[in-house]
Amino acid sequence: MDAALQTHGLVKRFGGIVPTKDVTFRLEHGARHALIGPNGAGKTTFVNLLTGVLAPSAGRVVLGGEDITRLRPEARVRRGLVRTFQINQLFGDLTPLETLALAVDERLQLGRDWRRRVGADESVSTEINQVAERFGLTDVLDRPTDTLPYGKQRLLEIAAAFACAPKVLLLDEPAAGVPEAERRDILNAIAALPDDVSVLLIEHDMDLVFSFAKRISVLVDGALMVEGEPAAIAADPRVRAVYLGESRDG
Amino acid sequence: MKDDTISTARDLARRARWRLAEIVFWLLAFAAVFLPPGKHLLLNEVAILALFALSLDLILGYAGIISLGHAAFFGAGAYAAGLLCKLVTPDPLAGMAVAIVAAAVLGFVTSFLVLRGTDLTRLMVTLGVALVLHEVANALPQWTGGADGLQGMAVGPLLGRFDFDLYGRTAYAYSLTTLFVLFLLARRIVQSPFGLSLMAIRRNTLRASALGVPVNRRLIAVYTLAAAYAGAAGALLAQTTAYVSLEVLEFQRSADVLLALIIGGTGWLYGGIAGAVVFKVLQDTLSSNAPQFWMFWMGLFLVVLALVGRERLSRGIGGGVRQLLARGRR
Repeated sequence: MDAALQTHGLVKRFGGIVPTKDVTFRLEHGARHALIGPNGAGKTTFVNLLTGVLAPSAGRVVLGGEDITRLRPEARVRRGLVRTFQINQLFGDLTPLETLALAVDERLQLGRDWRRRVGADESVSTEINQVAERFGLTDVLDRPTDTLPYGKQRLLEIAAAFACAPKVLLLDEPAAGVPEAERRDILNAIAALPDDVSVLLIEHDMDLVFSFAKRISVLVDGALMVEGEPAAIAADPRVRAVYLGESRDG
Repeated sequence: MKDDTISTARDLARRARWRLAEIVFWLLAFAAVFLPPGKHLLLNEVAILALFALSLDLILGYAGIISLGHAAFFGAGAYAAGLLCKLVTPDPLAGMAVAIVAAAVLGFVTSFLVLRGTDLTRLMVTLGVALVLHEVANALPQWTGGADGLQGMAVGPLLGRFDFDLYGRTAYAYSLTTLFVLFLLARRIVQSPFGLSLMAIRRNTLRASALGVPVNRRLIAVYTLAAAYAGAAGALLAQTTAYVSLEVLEFQRSADVLLALIIGGTGWLYGGIAGAVVFKVLQDTLSSNAPQFWMFWMGLFLVVLALVGRERLSRGIGGGVRQLLARGRR
C-alpha cells in the first residue's frame, strides 16, 4: 500500500551547497511522525521541497501514490498536502473569519467565484464554525488577526491549514514563541487532530516531540541519519552526540 | 450550532451592506446631471478619471500590483473606440464594447509580465509596456493620426436618442452611468470569494498559495479585468470628446491616475472616486486662478498629504461632515 507521503532520493543543490542530500522518507497513513535535527540540518528546505515552494534538483515527491514533484504549491494543497509556518504567515488586518472563509472557499473551488458574496453559502459558514470551535477561536472570529494574543494567532495558523482539509499536515514548530500559559491550548489542539490526518511535526522542542510522536526521523547535514521509535531515538548514541555537540556549540 | 452559522454568515455579509453615505453620494452624483449647464464638462472628466482610478485600485489596492503604465489600457480603449467609430459604426455602446474587449485582450497578454518580481520590476515593466504602445501609436499615423491625433470621429447619439451636446450633459450622464455600473460590478467582485483571495494575495502571497489559492491565475484574471475597466474609461474619453490624441498613452496619464488613487486611498473602491474628485477640482481651481503655477500647488498638496497623512488631513477637514452624516444615520 502507498504511504501517505513519500520522497525518493530527494536532492536540492544551491550551487556548491547541498541542503538536501538524497532523502528517501516515508510518512505512513495516520502517522504521528516528528522530524528533528539541529539548526541548519535542512529541515526548512525539506519542507519547501515537499510543499513545492522549491523545486528539487533530483528525486521525487509522492502523495498518496500520485507523483506531485512538478505540481505548484496550491495544486498540492488541493490534493491534501498542507503546511503551517514556523513564523506566523497570516493576513494581519483580515479577521480569522475571513482567513478561514478563504481556506474553505478555495477548497470547495469557490475561490474563482466572483458573483456570490463571501458567506452567502451556509455550508461554508457551518464549516468555519466547526473549525473555529475545534481550535478555540469562536470568540475572536471577528477581530483583526494582528490584535489577537500570540497563542491565538498560532492556533489560527493551524486552523487555517486544517480548514484546507489536509490528508497530510506539516506542522512547522507549532508552539514556537508561545508563552507558557497559552502553550497547553496548542498542544491540546495538536493532540486532538483526527486520526485520518497524517501529521509530520518539524520541531526543536524535545518535550513536544516525545509527547506527540510515535516515530521520529533525525535530519543531519541534509541527510536522514536515523529513524525509529522515540525510545530508540532517545537512546541512540549518534543522536545524542549531534544534540550534545550542538548544545556545546551553543 | 445553527445560531453560530447564521451569525457567521451575517458577520461575513456585513461587509457588503450599503452605507447611507454611499447612497447619498450616488444620488448627488446623478442629481448633478440636471444642474444647469456649466460644470458638466468638468464632471465628465471627474467621472472618467474616477473609473480609471477604480481600475487601478482593483490591481493595486486589492491584488497589490503597482503600475506606472496603466495608461496603456486606457489608450488601447480610446483608440479602439475611436477607430470603430470612424471605420465601422458611430454607435457609442458598440464602441464601448469593442474598447473593453481590446483592452482586456491587451491586459491578458501583458499580465504574464507582472506575475513575478518585486514592486520595482513591476513599475519598470508596466512603464515599459506603456512606452512601447505610445511609440507604436506614434509610428502608425495612418491608423492613429500620429501626433495630430485621431480626428473626424462623429459619435452617434446614445441609445439612438441622446445626442452628445456642447455642454457635456449627455457626456456626463453617459460617463457617470458607466462608472456606476462598473462600480457595482467591482463592488460585488471584491466582496466575493474571488475578491477575498485577492486581498489575501496582496497581504501574503506565500500564505495565500499555502492555503490553496492559485495565485498566478488570480493575478491574471484581475489584471485582465482592470485593463478592461481602464479601456472603458479610455472609450468614454474618446467618445465624449470625439477625439483621441497620443496623450491617452502618455506617462503623465499613468502618473496622474496613480496620484488620484493615492490621494483617495487604495483598497476601498471609493478611493479612486474621491481621489478623482479632489484631483480634478484642485486642478480646475488652481489652473483657473494661477494657470502658470498650478502644478506648483498640486506638488505642494501632495507633499503635505504624504507627510501629514490622509487620515489626519481628512479627519481635520471631513470630521465635521462625518459627524453630520453619523447624526443623520441615527
